Amino acid sequence: MLLASLVEPAFGLIFWMTLSFGIVFFLLAKFAWKPILKALHEREQSIEDAIGEAKKARDEVASMKADNEELLQKARAEREHMLKEARDIRDKEVAEAKDRAKTEADALLARAREDIRNEKNAAIVEMKNKVGELSILVAERILRQKLDDKTAQQSLVDQVLKESGTTLQ
Amino acid sequence: MIRATFLAFATLLAGVLCAQHEPASEVAHATEAHGEHAGEVEGFNAGKLIMSHIADEHGWHIAGDISLPLPVILYDTRSGLHMFSSARFEHGHAAYDGYMLHDGAIKAVDAAGTIDEAGSKAIWDISITKNVVSLFLVMIALVLVFTSVARAYTKRAGQAPKGLQSFMEPIILFVRDDVAKGAIGEHKYQRFMPYLLTIFFVILFANLIGLIPFFPGGATLTGNIAITLTLALFTFVIVTVNGNKNYWKHIFAMPGVPKWVLVILTPVEILGMFLKPFVLMIRLFANMAAGHIIALSFFSLIFVFGATSAVAGYGVSVVSLAFTIFMTFLELLVAFIQAYVFTFLSALYIGGAMEDHHEHKESIV
Repeated sequence: MLLASLVEPAFGLIFWMTLSFGIVFFLLAKFAWKPILKALHEREQSIEDAIGEAKKARDEVASMKADNEELLQKARAEREHMLKEARDIRDKEVAEAKDRAKTEADALLARAREDIRNEKNAAIVEMKNKVGELSILVAERILRQKLDDKTAQQSLVDQVLKESGTTLQ
Repeated sequence: MIRATFLAFATLLAGVLCAQHEPASEVAHATEAHGEHAGEVEGFNAGKLIMSHIADEHGWHIAGDISLPLPVILYDTRSGLHMFSSARFEHGHAAYDGYMLHDGAIKAVDAAGTIDEAGSKAIWDISITKNVVSLFLVMIALVLVFTSVARAYTKRAGQAPKGLQSFMEPIILFVRDDVAKGAIGEHKYQRFMPYLLTIFFVILFANLIGLIPFFPGGATLTGNIAITLTLALFTFVIVTVNGNKNYWKHIFAMPGVPKWVLVILTPVEILGMFLKPFVLMIRLFANMAAGHIIALSFFSLIFVFGATSAVAGYGVSVVSLAFTIFMTFLELLVAFIQAYVFTFLSALYIGGAMEDHHEHKESIV
């Protein structure tokens, strides 16, 4: 009898269960499940978005790093290039300076030599003039002394004529 | 499989216990029928104890002589609505207002106290019984817990779950991802989430509250067939309402089957339509009732042996206690498993009723 009551559904309980389940279902659906499921969905969405964004950011950082590396490489190459250029310019300038100094020195030397030679020539010409003047002076003095008497003068003219005659013949 | 074994074992055990005390039980009933209560104290009736713990009652027996009277609400087709306290019945010893408690059921009686069978049929008993109170407690707990959880979600939007919310979230996600999405499908599951979550938590809470052996618990709601019947009925209604053309075609005219086979197949399919919720009802009821019967049977063994010798009673109590503890843990597991099974099968039936038409491989075979 008691066992029979165990498997025989009681009307009252079905009535209350239907009523309370209906009410609770309505209340929970409206005030619990809806906000909970919505919040869960939103959170999942935001997590998914965040993961996507993180991945994008990571990719961006990676590409930026690659760019940086490239830039650095370029900068290094440029520095190298610039250094090399500077060295070349310096070398060239030094060489040019050396050349210029050398030619200037040469020119200076050449002018000096020229001057020396000119001075020497002038000196020689002056010396010649002086010697000529002196010899004329000496010759005048000697002539003056020799041509004081008429015989001597005559003999000299004869001698000159004789000498010139021989040359004419 | 394990459950079935346990059920068989429980029935056997209960049977043995009942048989053992059959004479005493008959004496008790006989004396009760004569309105004499004294004879019952003599022997210990395990079967009666177990059944009275599992069955519903008007008024809630708490401990010893303390009992909480509950409102009796009757609708009598002859005289209308009646409302009074269950204390008026004095535990089945007194008639009130022309009604009397007989073996847990309210019967109409005449002035002399004899049962009026025809009059009893006219009574619709919607009393707030022990199980109804327990049901209300479960429902109130559900509403309080989940509105608070929902509040936590709106208040702490986008943040990690905390407290009760973090305890419930994996269960909610489990119902959503493993039950609803799997059984109904990615696109249609959302509409049924509120129902699936509600039945899951109603069953889970009812199962858990049934595990508490004293006052607020004690009543095993899900071990009562009226409760499981109602739940199964809800699933049946939802399945039937949401059944698409394909579903009905499979019931009344299975495609790819010769006409003469349909004569056999259609009644089977129609039967199957009702059998599905029926099985849902029986499975939950039997599992929960059996668990409690086993736990109580082990407990009763102490008193059965105690009745023969005090020493034997104490000796058995150690073993019984160990088994009762083991059973309680098993029941804790079963509380979750059965809530899951009921929800999962409901989802599966709903999913099956909404399945889209696809080419039938059966027709080729």
